[in-house]
Amino acid sequence: MIGLTLLVRRELRLAFRGGTDAMMGVIFFVLAAILFPFGVGPDAAILPRIGGGIIWVVALLAALLSLERMFAADHEDGSLDLLYLSPVSLGQLALAKAIAHWLTSGVLLLIASPVLALLYNLPSSAFLPLVATMALGTPTLSLVGAIGAALTLGARRGGVLLALLLLPLYIPVLIFGAGAIDGAIAGRDIAPQLMILGGFLLAALALAPWATAAALRQAIE
Amino acid sequence: MLHRFANPARFSRIAARVLPWSATLTGLLFVAGIYFALFVSPADYQQGDTVRIMYVHVPSAWMAMACYTFIAVMSATSLIWKHPLADIAARAAAPLGAGFTIIVLTTGSLWGKPTWGTWWVWDARLTSVLVLFFLYLGHIALTHAFDNPQRGAKAAAVLALVGFVNIPIIKFSVDWWNTLHQPASLTRLDRPAIDPAMLTPLLLMGLAFMAYFVTMLLIRMRADLNAARARALQLSAAE
Repeated sequence: MIGLTLLVRRELRLAFRGGTDAMMGVIFFVLAAILFPFGVGPDAAILPRIGGGIIWVVALLAALLSLERMFAADHEDGSLDLLYLSPVSLGQLALAKAIAHWLTSGVLLLIASPVLALLYNLPSSAFLPLVATMALGTPTLSLVGAIGAALTLGARRGGVLLALLLLPLYIPVLIFGAGAIDGAIAGRDIAPQLMILGGFLLAALALAPWATAAALRQAIE
Repeated sequence: MLHRFANPARFSRIAARVLPWSATLTGLLFVAGIYFALFVSPADYQQGDTVRIMYVHVPSAWMAMACYTFIAVMSATSLIWKHPLADIAARAAAPLGAGFTIIVLTTGSLWGKPTWGTWWVWDARLTSVLVLFFLYLGHIALTHAFDNPQRGAKAAAVLALVGFVNIPIIKFSVDWWNTLHQPASLTRLDRPAIDPAMLTPLLLMGLAFMAYFVTMLLIRMRADLNAARARALQLSAAE
């Protein structure tokens, strides 16, 4: 447990000292979402209808952006090998990396999403569901994303490969995240979607660090 | 038992003996299946002759799913027992599975155009097969993404298992998504009490596809083993 907090703190410190890297994900998130009204037209009737889905799709892509570097820097300078030899298990390392990734990307997306909801004219009843689905969904993205980042460690064209591996696995989160927002706009009860998103999060929390550790072991050996 | 077949040379010998038989069986089953499908089985009273597409469509859908299961089992075998042939089997099977999903999707839309009036519907089943296709592509891409083929094989094995756990989740999410958004406008009779005259060609074609899969798998695995041997010989000759 101490190892876990130390690792998370190390990652956060690296992210803060790295400067603008963490902000790039959010900037991409907002910018990409702004592109859609140019594509489909600024019709005030269409935008709220597609807004929830677009915000979620763009969030998936923004989460992908920073995943590629999750283990790469440690792999290149050899600290991954040292962490492998340290008493901290690979599963804990994977969990720490995912937590740090969520704190430096998911949380920022969470903060930025209400702004996008304003731009898309979402009714105010959809704001809380949007933030709630993002809070439950983005940690799952980080946890599952860690598996992909570990698998593509040292691969040629890692970035595109990462998108190919992860986007199909992200579909369930997208379906229930966007579905909850649609449901809230239509005035339906969205508790089922939130519970399923929570279920995904718990399953990912239990299984993903384990799979990431298996993938890391293949990369290090 | 498991390790009796771990020796590549023994595997190659066995494969060489099995191949002529399985290839002949594939040919015979296809001839019989296609004959029954095109000439013996009746046209559907509603769909007409388009129903015959089913004899290719359904077996390839079976094989697309069976092949992913096969890859997952091989991946687990490779990761748990470090069985040397399991990686080769998984690598050999992935493009075959991707091919089966392409056949399902194309024959499905060829059938959908005259029957449903559209090439593509965002129906839950179609969508999950499309996702399965991308899972296959990811598996193939990851296998070949590394300079060290061993690393690619192990990474792909982990991915196959992650995908295998995820397939039911994706399937159930897509089912929910479709029923939540729009009521199914084009429900397809899932398994009508199928007439024996149609069941015979369907089963024959299913067996033919399975025999084809086994034959191609053996050929691809042998080619893979031979390529590795050729590489090793070249390296030792260069030294």
